[in-house]
Amino acid sequence: MTTAEKTKAAPRQRSDVILNYLRPKKKFPNVWCAGCGNGIVMSAIVRAIDKLALSKDEVAMVSGIGCSSRMPIYLDFNALHTTHGRALPFATGIKFAQPHMKVIVITGDGDALAIGGNHFIHACRRNIDITAILVNNYIYGMTGGQGSPTTPTAAFSTTTPYGNAEKHFDPCKLAEAAGASYVARATVYHAPQLEKAIMQAVDHRGFSLVEVISNCHTYFGRLNRLGDAVSMLKEYKEKSVTVARAKRMSPEELKDKHVIGTLYEDDKTEFCDEYQKIVDAQMGEK
Amino acid sequence: MVDTQRKLLLGNLACVHGAIYAGMRFFAGYPITPSTEVAEGCSRELPRIGGRFIQMEDEIGSIGAVVGASVSGVKAMTATSGPGYSLMVENIGYAYMTETPCVIINVQRGGPSTGLPTKGSQSDTMQARWGPHGDYTAIAVAPSTVGDTVTETIRAFNLAERFRTPVTILLDEVISHQREMISLPKPGEHQVVDRVKPTASPEEFEPFAHTAGGVSPMPAYGEGYRYVITGLTHDAMGFTTNRPDEIKLKLDKLRNKILNFKSEITKLRIEMMDDAEIAFVSYGSVSRAVLLAVALARKAGVKVGMIQLYTVWPFPDEELRDYLVGCHKVIVPELNMGQVVREVGRILPPDTEIHSLLRYDGEILTPMQLLEKLEEVM
Ligand SMILES: Cc1ncc(C[n+]2csc(CCOP(=O)(O)OP(=O)(O)O)c2C)c(N)n1
Ligand code: SF4
Repeated sequence: MTTAEKTKAAPRQRSDVILNYLRPKKKFPNVWCAGCGNGIVMSAIVRAIDKLALSKDEVAMVSGIGCSSRMPIYLDFNALHTTHGRALPFATGIKFAQPHMKVIVITGDGDALAIGGNHFIHACRRNIDITAILVNNYIYGMTGGQGSPTTPTAAFSTTTPYGNAEKHFDPCKLAEAAGASYVARATVYHAPQLEKAIMQAVDHRGFSLVEVISNCHTYFGRLNRLGDAVSMLKEYKEKSVTVARAKRMSPEELKDKHVIGTLYEDDKTEFCDEYQKIVDAQMGEK
Repeated sequence: MVDTQRKLLLGNLACVHGAIYAGMRFFAGYPITPSTEVAEGCSRELPRIGGRFIQMEDEIGSIGAVVGASVSGVKAMTATSGPGYSLMVENIGYAYMTETPCVIINVQRGGPSTGLPTKGSQSDTMQARWGPHGDYTAIAVAPSTVGDTVTETIRAFNLAERFRTPVTILLDEVISHQREMISLPKPGEHQVVDRVKPTASPEEFEPFAHTAGGVSPMPAYGEGYRYVITGLTHDAMGFTTNRPDEIKLKLDKLRNKILNFKSEITKLRIEMMDDAEIAFVSYGSVSRAVLLAVALARKAGVKVGMIQLYTVWPFPDEELRDYLVGCHKVIVPELNMGQVVREVGRILPPDTEIHSLLRYDGEILTPMQLLEKLEEVM
């Protein structure tokens, strides 16, 4: 596991849980830099799935391309590591073909919102029962630190060497507006909250998004002088406010803050369920 | 007795019939002329038999969903035309690399770009072979009538399942929008092939095992074999690799599993070739005009025959060479600027003359034009 995780000194029992979900026979180590937030996200997912007591066979983990998207390769589920930006359509095929499966998509901010932006809004719109875990590190990690659709204005990346002239997306607002029925945010500092959000998202029937703010100290941290993994985590701690607290704060006070917790939830009908009604009706008519 | 299997059928709907016959239960697509009736037909028919239809946000998503359904154990297809096929190619490459069976129908229209939405063409023949980047071997079939379209669609699914690979059906606007009276196949009339499932236990299972036939058994997601599928070059376990020996093994596998079994894939129609001195080599809709032209020329005493390629890719080098050995002259008519003619030229003995008859103005080649060409080369 990554440095960041080791420093958390997790109780013995926890690492046993994780070991149980690591893919047997897989050649480790992984591709991630020591201390990368991806490791924390991975362990939170595993703990959430363990607590939900899902059978490994019924979980399909689908990803695109990027550092974060390597995750399914390491975990002992049905793993589909697809093409850049396209995880959601592949996941849609799995879910629609086998609606009893729990389909979890791991995607980066570039993967989900740049090249995969169209798929993202349409998966939300359909409200298909897929959980997307969007690891938002504000940058393209895998290709070496280029700007992404979540790179803040004025921030530095290897393709915004004079500061980013563009505006950035808020993935949670985007998902809610596009029709997702569960939207939550956490950071890799808030591992227990992250775990809870993932549990709720996976349990929720409909399209769910968990945005995880995660450290890419190697590129985003270095280029923006944010220090190492630990200082980035500390910053997440300082800058995060819960949904409840955010309600009592002014927009001015909320500037530069990460609002964490469940941001949106509704119980609108789910796509596979609705289609099944059509199938039942048509087959009944024959 | 009335034959209830007789039906006046649109070419595009023949695809739907063939596919359902072959076991297709999942369709994902995006509307595009001249393929749209395939999607519309699937949206009507699939829910009635417990299948699934989804209109995706674009063609990239369509082929993605098709692959997702196929790894879930459901036979799946999509249908499109040139602009959509161009969008699909990255994920078709993913299907080659991950050895995922699926069928892609390309109802060809004139190109490049938006081109001629309502005019037939054969200008995507090379794209069906070389669309995605990288090295792999492609299978593509080309029907020429509405009846053919049913049987070639069944065959496309069978090949996809047999060889764990995407198969392209090269249709064109001429056939797709034609209505013909055909006999629908009865249950049991055609063989239906399903992918081989593993017999090994999950602990012993190697998802991309190098078997004698080159094709690895394929479980569906959810069946207890929790393996990795990745578009990164991988070893027999499905794990990413940078080892030269494993990389080469994988790429050889993609080629050999198909080329070593070419005789199972090649399908030709041979007409009047026994004593032929001149031969037409054609594929797709053009073959209809060729058939008539050859019949007329035969009446006039010309020793001409025809070979129709139902399988365009892999190119039937050996078989074609065998049939063409007695011919001095070969004519290759195509609705493009010359794609298959080069393949034919490649396999002919140096002393055989090869002639190209090309049309790419949106119109079809008529039997008269073929006869004129025949006269010109005689
Ligand atoms: C079609 C295509 N374009 C570009 C790339 C190169 N590429 C690989 S990963 C990546 C960006 C990854 O960034 P992000 O999705 O934010 O994930 P991260 O690596 O930060 O986890 C890019 C541009 C690719 N693999 N495929
Ligand atoms: S480059 Fe960034 S995102 Fe990628 S593994 Fe390293 S720290 Fe993580």
